[in-house]
Amino acid sequence: MNQLPSLARVFAYLSLLTVGGGMAAYPEMEDLTVRVHHWLTQDQLVHFYSLGQMAPGPNMNMVAAIGEHVAGITGALVVVLAFYLPTGVFALVIGRLWTKLANWPWRTSIQNGLAPTALGLMLAGLITFGKTAIRLGHAPIAFGVGINWIAVAMAIFVLVMMLRTKINPALLVLACGVIGVFTFRGM
Amino acid sequence: MPRATHRRVMSDAVATAAKATPEPATVSAVDIFIQFLIIGATSFGGGAVAYLRSSLVTKNKWLDDKSFLELFSISQSLPGLNTTNMAILSGDRMRGWPGAVAALTGVVLPGATLMTIAGILYGMHGERPLVTAGLKGVAAAASGLLLATFIQLARKTLRGWLDVVFILIAVIAVNWFHVSVLYALIGIATLATLAYRPRSSNPKPEQQPT
Repeated sequence: MNQLPSLARVFAYLSLLTVGGGMAAYPEMEDLTVRVHHWLTQDQLVHFYSLGQMAPGPNMNMVAAIGEHVAGITGALVVVLAFYLPTGVFALVIGRLWTKLANWPWRTSIQNGLAPTALGLMLAGLITFGKTAIRLGHAPIAFGVGINWIAVAMAIFVLVMMLRTKINPALLVLACGVIGVFTFRGM
Repeated sequence: MPRATHRRVMSDAVATAAKATPEPATVSAVDIFIQFLIIGATSFGGGAVAYLRSSLVTKNKWLDDKSFLELFSISQSLPGLNTTNMAILSGDRMRGWPGAVAALTGVVLPGATLMTIAGILYGMHGERPLVTAGLKGVAAAASGLLLATFIQLARKTLRGWLDVVFILIAVIAVNWFHVSVLYALIGIATLATLAYRPRSSNPKPEQQPT
């Protein structure tokens, strides 16, 4: 079955939700790509998203990997265009308008209102993501059972390094991948 | 610098756009594309906005700091990623819509190509136990990294308890009640904008970028 129209529709829609960053769209992305369209599993989505953290440029380029996974290189191309083009045109048009509205009092209100909205949606996305990233096996975490505590320790280590040092995050992600090869074999 | 050559090559293509945006008239769409391609290929680990600032403002002086901050604050109030929005807005400011197209294409191309290759490799080797184990480590690290980004952003933009309430509403709505992100976004943004509606006596400071 030709998945390209669905891919284009889903990723154009998701791009509209990426207010303040890609993580805001994550719960909806999981819902649409895993549960609605069965393009990939929860774990595969987490893998692609995590790999995307190591790639240069905007960290949502991982959508290309999903497109490739579903429909090959054409899929990757369709997803990238769908993800960046409609919001790009929107940003261009609204950006020009917004510049002219510099003294409109509601402009500051909208910006001040969007800041906590973006933070809240980012945290919500992070929780959805983390639930899959730090679990043992494939069963959902329930009441603290099924947590991969080594993964939690690694996440905390990265968090502390990020807040305390100026180390390049891509290096941290890579290092944890190498550690994972030795630690998580057979888990 | 090879800039002059590029300018000559591109001068016909961008002549119309140049009339619309006379501001820094020396920047061609090809220059913009190359600069953003470099940023797109070298800005590892997020924070591409910092790379943009050092390239556009400090190194090339295509934009002054004031314009950069203004565009950054606009890019945060638009759907789409901060990096791509900044590419579009600054490209547009420098060279009209051809500049925006050049900037967006340049910044996205390297990472998107790499992730397409990653997708192909994943299809071939993703099921191997060693790869799965490595990816578990990568995912754990990404969780910590994203949490750090959240904390840094919250420290910079939180203005008080009311913001915390909006954040909690978002988390409860999306994670507990599984409200669609679209409805959560529209609902909370409307509520928060109304809460911060214009009041002559109480001006709020604008956000600062990274």
